[in-house]
Amino acid sequence: MSVTNVEKDVEALTMTVTAELDATVERAWQLWADPRQFERWWGPPGYPVTVVDHDLRTGGRITFFMTGDEGERHDSAWAVIAADPPHHLELRDADVDDDGRPNDGNAMTAMIITFAEGDGGGAVMAVRTHFDSQAGMEQVLAMGIEEGMRMVVDQIDAVLVGTPA
Amino acid sequence: MVVDQTSAAVVDRIFHALADSTRRDILAVAAGDGYSVSALAKRYPMSFAAVQKHVAVLEGAGLVTKEQRGRERLVRTDVETIERARELLDGIEELWRARVDRIDNLLATEKRTTGGKR
Repeated sequence: MSVTNVEKDVEALTMTVTAELDATVERAWQLWADPRQFERWWGPPGYPVTVVDHDLRTGGRITFFMTGDEGERHDSAWAVIAADPPHHLELRDADVDDDGRPNDGNAMTAMIITFAEGDGGGAVMAVRTHFDSQAGMEQVLAMGIEEGMRMVVDQIDAVLVGTPA
Repeated sequence: MVVDQTSAAVVDRIFHALADSTRRDILAVAAGDGYSVSALAKRYPMSFAAVQKHVAVLEGAGLVTKEQRGRERLVRTDVETIERARELLDGIEELWRARVDRIDNLLATEKRTTGGKR
C-alpha cells in the first residue's frame, strides 16, 4: 500500500498527500513520535537525519539536521502547534529570519498530519503541506531531483543484490 | 545544483504574486484572449491605479504580458509561468512519494522481523 491520493492547489500553494499504510493508527503515529523512526524515513538516502530535540507535545519543539554527501548541514526547527495522539499533528516552521520567513532551507511553513482507520484495516495518513510564498521552494525541489536519481540507483542496487525474502 | 539563484528569486516573485486573491482572479479572467486594464478596473471595487498596481506585480513575476492594442492596454496571462509553479509542486510530490516508500519499507521490515505482529 502506498500513496493513494495527491491534491495540489497551485494558487493556494498547498499540497495534500494521502497514503494508506500497512499499520495501525497507533503504529503510524509512532513514525512521527519516535525520533529514531522519523530519522529513518524523512530524509532521502545519502542525507542522514539526526534529531536533536523532539518534544512532540502541543507547544513543544522539534529540531533536526540533515547531513549532505559533502558534509554540509541543513538545520530544521518545527514548532508543535497541536499534537493529539494518535490522530492529529500540526507543525510549523519555527526557524524564521527577521522578515518572518523560514531561513532553514526548508520551504514548508505548516504541515497538518491526520491519521485515520482505513477501510482495509490499515492507517490512512494525510499530510497537508502549506508553502510560504517567499520560501525557498527551489531548494527543496533541488533535493527532490537528487533524491529521485538516488532512488533509481537504489533500485538497481536492490536488483543486483537480490531482496531478502 | 540544478537550480541557480536567479530562478530562486523568480520563484519568490511568482509566489508573492499568487498570494493575493485579486491577482489570482486577474490571472483567471485574462487567460485566453486577454483583458484590457480598463475592463479589469471596472471589475473590482478599487481604483484604476490599484488595479494597475496588481497588474504590475503580475507582470514583474512574468505571470502576465501587457501589449498596446489601439487605445487599450491588453493584459494576458502567461500560462507557461503558471506551469512553472505547478512543476515545483510536482517536485515536492515526488519528495513525499519517496518518503512514503521509505515508510512502507520500514513497516515491512518490522513485520518480517517480528513475525507479523505490529
